[in-house]
Amino acid sequence: MRHRIPLVLCSMLPGTVLAANLDLTIEIPRLDVAEYHRPYVAVWLEREDKSVAANLAVWYQQPKKGEKVPAAAAAGAPGGMQGAAANPQGGAKWLPDLRQWWRRSGRELTLPADGITGATRAPGEHAMSFNVADLPAGQYKLVVEAAREEGGRELVDVPFQVPAKDAQVIKAKGSRELGAISLSVKP
Amino acid sequence: MKNLIKPLAIAAALLPLSALAHKQWIAPSKTVLNVDQWVTFDAGSSTDPFVRDHNAARLDNLVITAPDGSTVAPENQSSGKLRATFDLQLKQPGTYKIAVVNTGISASWDDNGQTKRWPARGTPFTPEGFAQEVPKKAKDLKVTQSIGRLETFVTAGKPNDTALKPTGKGLELVQVTGFNDLYTGESATFQFLIDGKPAADVEVEVVADGTRYRSAVNEIELKTGKDGRFTLEWPQPGLYWLSASVQDKKADKPATERRSSYTASFEVLSP
Repeated sequence: MRHRIPLVLCSMLPGTVLAANLDLTIEIPRLDVAEYHRPYVAVWLEREDKSVAANLAVWYQQPKKGEKVPAAAAAGAPGGMQGAAANPQGGAKWLPDLRQWWRRSGRELTLPADGITGATRAPGEHAMSFNVADLPAGQYKLVVEAAREEGGRELVDVPFQVPAKDAQVIKAKGSRELGAISLSVKP
Repeated sequence: MKNLIKPLAIAAALLPLSALAHKQWIAPSKTVLNVDQWVTFDAGSSTDPFVRDHNAARLDNLVITAPDGSTVAPENQSSGKLRATFDLQLKQPGTYKIAVVNTGISASWDDNGQTKRWPARGTPFTPEGFAQEVPKKAKDLKVTQSIGRLETFVTAGKPNDTALKPTGKGLELVQVTGFNDLYTGESATFQFLIDGKPAADVEVEVVADGTRYRSAVNEIELKTGKDGRFTLEWPQPGLYWLSASVQDKKADKPATERRSSYTASFEVLSP
């Protein structure tokens, strides 16, 4: 279960900026629960003032392709409920449960967002690589937030510096909804 | 028993709204949502906020202002014994204001030791009725205007403030920190306005939901500063009831006294 997703986030901002090469591994723990749903996960870079420097990944339930409104749901539901059962937005209605991400940037994004949003992932380790351009020198945090239906919510953050002096690997660990998180920063 | 009834009747006459012991509230199911989601509201009055054990709130004057400033209608509105309810689909991104504004004028006077009141409960004030029913030179005649606002706010996606523009009438609350951006561990600042101007020295009461499951109400008492602002920290996540009232003489004729009250509910999340 190892995926490599190369991703370059570019922008047209002028000024002296740097890039950060980030290799990230997120472990989604296998949980022994009666009803398991894969967690929604958001990954972003946070500046010291908690504003978002870059959105890196959001995993949530995608809309099913070719899904149509069942005629029965449209006819039988009271008060203009048509379409609610068909769920054309996939699990987008539950995205506010990724509470910090929603507050810091999710609520301003148009979804799905190319190169950021994707389907939920199964338990296991997931590796990603990001080349984040246009980062002014400073302190940053890589934040991972997970929220699970019938489960809990957890935030894990990994502080790092731009520019990195040497290549370094920073490790963190969630307590329930997230497992081991490893961030490798290269100058 | 006789001795008790009279002071009670006088107390009731001094507070013409039904704000005696019962707190009015609107409880939203959620306040931080995504576009197209549904939210449902319960509204009632009870001794402890949000406890459905007394009366449904009257929603005759319910107005929902959408993020673009237009008015939208509630859906599935109904009134039960203990609470009224309605639904709303958040079709627009931004912040919605849900408000019940009750205004009225009432008179009370002493008629040979008996307190008389007009208009009767549930009937409207009319200038003709006032001229006919209320003796101008009655003993202890008190004509009071009341403006009561009962509000809550919900946001789909990114908050905006188009629906939150104050009307400039009576007591109103303005956000300094966002109404739908409230978290434990962060302080929130709001501002009270009276007729659109900062309302200084207003006493504000804040009560957290769940009074039934603790042995003390633990109300938070605050006072607005010169600029009408006050700042508070939320002890725990959940729904909060916030209320204040102001009495002054800036009443519309024929009233001589005015009572402006404001009540709102807010949802506080854990960060």
